[in-house]
Amino acid sequence: MPMVQIENLDIVFGNQKLESLRLLDKGMSRSEILARTGDVVGVQDATISVEEGEICVLMGLSGSGKSTLLRAVNGLNKVARGRCLVKDGERMVDMAKCDENTLRHMRTNRVSMVFQSFALMPWMTVLENVAFGLEMQGMGKKEREERANKQLKMVGLYDWRDKKPDELSGGMRQRVGLARAFVMDSDILLMDEPFSALDPLIRSQLQDELIELQKRLKKTIIFVSHDLDEALKIGSKIAIMESARIIQEDVPEQIVLNPATEYVEKFVAHTNPLNVLRGTALMTPLDQVAQLDDLYRVSEHLSLNIQAGVLKEALSHGQNIALSKWDDSMDIENMPENTIVVAPVDISMRDAVEIRYQTKQPIVLQDNGQCVGVLGDHQFYHALLGKHFSRAS
Amino acid sequence: MNWLTEHKIPLGDTMETFVNWLIDVASFFFDFISVTLETLIFSMVDGLEWMNPFAVVACVLALVWWLHRSLGIMIFVAASFMLIMNLGYWQETLQTLVLVITATTISVLVGVPIGIAAAHRPMLYTVLRPVLDLMQTIPTFVYLIPTLILFGLGYVPGLISTIIFAIAAPIRLTYLGISKVPNELREAGLAFGCTKAKLLYKVELPAAMPSIMAGVTQCIMLSLSMVVIAALVGADGLGKPVIRALNTVNISQGFEAGVAIVLVAIMLDRICKTPSSKAEG
Repeated sequence: MPMVQIENLDIVFGNQKLESLRLLDKGMSRSEILARTGDVVGVQDATISVEEGEICVLMGLSGSGKSTLLRAVNGLNKVARGRCLVKDGERMVDMAKCDENTLRHMRTNRVSMVFQSFALMPWMTVLENVAFGLEMQGMGKKEREERANKQLKMVGLYDWRDKKPDELSGGMRQRVGLARAFVMDSDILLMDEPFSALDPLIRSQLQDELIELQKRLKKTIIFVSHDLDEALKIGSKIAIMESARIIQEDVPEQIVLNPATEYVEKFVAHTNPLNVLRGTALMTPLDQVAQLDDLYRVSEHLSLNIQAGVLKEALSHGQNIALSKWDDSMDIENMPENTIVVAPVDISMRDAVEIRYQTKQPIVLQDNGQCVGVLGDHQFYHALLGKHFSRAS
Repeated sequence: MNWLTEHKIPLGDTMETFVNWLIDVASFFFDFISVTLETLIFSMVDGLEWMNPFAVVACVLALVWWLHRSLGIMIFVAASFMLIMNLGYWQETLQTLVLVITATTISVLVGVPIGIAAAHRPMLYTVLRPVLDLMQTIPTFVYLIPTLILFGLGYVPGLISTIIFAIAAPIRLTYLGISKVPNELREAGLAFGCTKAKLLYKVELPAAMPSIMAGVTQCIMLSLSMVVIAALVGADGLGKPVIRALNTVNISQGFEAGVAIVLVAIMLDRICKTPSSKAEG
């Protein structure tokens, strides 16, 4: 069962929703409807589901409807049509239709939110801000301050608990915002461009912190961003929105490798491939490598002896060189020079380039114990020049 | 031209009929308000007059210390009170203070909820705005007449006129404060499970507090500015000697009473203003 399931969701702002929906069904565009009824179509026919533990990034430029869609999940935006199901224990609650009490129950127990401009109460101390949601739950003062203090320690702001938000830097304020959301212990976190208002260094630091926290806490996160690099870094799934519609929804690598429209293609054109691409997409499959006397000739000087999918020996300038294995858990920095490394096929490009840098040799990729391809300088240059990031021609 | 002046629109007569009708229908109601308020004001004035003047000054100084921790304001307040006593306007000052405080309290108790309601209902504010403008621009003397008829001579018509004149400030500034609460704070409140009531008490009111406090300060100042006019309908206080001086062309009495009013105004301003501006900063 997914944690959040959005089905054919439309959101319209204005006074003539029924008429606008009718025009929408007739296939009219956003601007035509604005001219006819004065209504703004926020989200049109959005369908997406988010599984437990996933970080789903809603990506798009401002005005594309990503924040609007996010706000439907905790009922801050009224849904004009469609369903927005959120898991509550063993049942799914439709946030579009539930009554006030259910809505409040969902907000206090299931869904928490982090805001772009932090939205901390300026008259409250940091501690009171973090405890705000717990207070709304009706928790006693002593218990909620205890839990808020614990959360503040986790984000490293315990010493600042008695300060007011305006005495804190931007990065610290958003840590308070994160603590306020995490302390609720809800399964679902909504993050509305939480790091956009921060400077780049702090932003990437907080992104790393979020990834670390997520490894431990395994929340379901819906994250809104206009920054593709951020989306690729933290997202386990990305949905790209353009003028109120979701135009592509996929895992990060597929978004950059197979952009669905020209719009997405433009978006991904300047992505740093080191963060996204994996061996699967980069490698030259074994069956495309030139063969000579049962040896695979990777380059003029390097031949590989692969039998029944297993690397037996590697010859460089006619000399046998060492073989070695690598996986995620291992260090790269201490790899010996002149070694052929066998690595998992889903190795990230960053790791692969680093292994190549240490060993000064190409890498052999394997899948389920079977060698499937090789990864060398040519493949890296190809990726760095952005040649992967175009629509299949 | 005759056609224009021949048939006069009975604007004034209608108003008079309306006031007469009010007296016929609800005189017991106005009497009740009149008696209640008068009793309240008299007992407060009597209580303060019964106390030793220096005890009253000490209480005010304690309040100043609690609010501001400023020796300068304390010295100014003490000196002002002593000058007023020296001039012989102690009793009038007490009466004026009671009138101002009562008018402000009632204005705030009524005005703040109206301001909140207006901020939540745009339609209500559209209706309310011209009424507030009218209440502040119509010459005070004009509504002094009906209040005099409805409530009789004394403190009460003065008090009611003062409230009509001053209540616009807390209404407007409460409205302004609440409608200027950043939407994100409201969303944050809702997202963490506020009910409507909790949203008001935990988010909107604290966020609007600086603006509401500015409204209270303004209300106090507007009330004080009505002192002389209230004296016209028989409200005791610092306005009385001014009116008397005017009628007898008595320069020295007029000047002294005027100085006393100015001193009270500056004291009230100093006492009220700083906490709100501190909260804003």
